[in-house]
Amino acid sequence: MAHVLIDPQRCKGCHLCIQVCPKKILQPSAQLNERGLYPCETSDADACIGCLQCVLVCPDVAITVTDDDARATKQGTI
Amino acid sequence: MHYTRPTALQDVATHYCAGCGHGVAHRLIAEVVDELGIRERTLAVAPVGCAVLAYDYWNFDVTEAAHGRAPAVATGMRRCNPDKVVFTYQGDGDLAAIGAGEIVNAANRGELISVFFINNATYGMTGGQMAPTTMLHQRTTTSPRGRETRAEGWPMKVVEMLAQLDGTAYAVRCALDTPKNIRAARAAIKKAFEVQLAGQGLAIVELLSACPVGWGMKPVEAIKAMAGTMTAQFPLGVVKQREK
Ligand SMILES: Cc1ncc(C[n+]2csc(CCOP(=O)(O)OP(=O)(O)O)c2C)c(N)n1
Ligand code: SF4
Ligand code: SF4
Repeated sequence: MAHVLIDPQRCKGCHLCIQVCPKKILQPSAQLNERGLYPCETSDADACIGCLQCVLVCPDVAITVTDDDARATKQGTI
Repeated sequence: MHYTRPTALQDVATHYCAGCGHGVAHRLIAEVVDELGIRERTLAVAPVGCAVLAYDYWNFDVTEAAHGRAPAVATGMRRCNPDKVVFTYQGDGDLAAIGAGEIVNAANRGELISVFFINNATYGMTGGQMAPTTMLHQRTTTSPRGRETRAEGWPMKVVEMLAQLDGTAYAVRCALDTPKNIRAARAAIKKAFEVQLAGQGLAIVELLSACPVGWGMKPVEAIKAMAGTMTAQFPLGVVKQREK
């Protein structure tokens, strides 16, 4: 099962990933990051199908997609 | 079904603006270097332009050349180290304006280097001036009424031009806009390294790339503007592929 993880400090808030996600589970966060930008976040990390469309368009390698449950737990998505 | 950061990319944030194509290009090159298992023998030459700090981002040796001179530096590096894989990474101001002479002659000599040419139709670093590749009617800080052929000439089609030279083995144009085009760009980058590894000649991959800040657009708007506008003036696809 896939999980999408977005690093809020690496994300620069370009929102390109939001446009391409077929599951529409990416959205702008309401919380500023340390750079003072609104990063992207996921509304439902478990609904991710692991298509990697978001990863392809992300200029900041802020997105990790994993099918490793242990790792996803450690990074706090499940 | 999973994705983690390539080893060939250092785990640091870049200085690029939000939505800038340089980040995508850096990542694709790093992914291909990892996939081909050539990280320990890859050497790169960074340009003058927004990518001037590329040595801070890749996890292999990168040097910095004087403006436009990356192909000349890469020539020396590759000739002295025939076992290395050498590439230049250059913007359109760097490669097509001040460095036009260097790239033309490196291609004509058939240097065994790969060239990744970022065409964002402007000089990003210096504030969005007109480049040789600025599109017709495109407004820049130095073409405020839009580029006109009478005064400023036509957008330079670099890969078509270099494809004319016998030393060029592979010339292709890709776009870093949609997931589909980005996948094709990754395949072209891989091919450009394979052409070098096979000793076939110079390989150039032109990557149409967004400069949202230079274009005065939001990132989403800039990416959407590429299909139709940029790709109409700069057609995508392989222009030349010589087999030996
Ligand atoms: C010899 C010299 N001339 C001019 C400059 C000023 N300059 C710095 S970057 C640049 C052009 C950058 O444009 P491009 O190569 O398209 O790269 P981008 O910043 O768009 O990625 C220029 C003209 C310089 N640094 N050195
Ligand atoms: S991998 Fe696909 S489904 Fe998952 S968040 Fe990214 S674009 Fe959406
Ligand atoms: S000015 Fe343009 S090319 Fe330079 S970092 Fe910003 S968006 Fe990228």
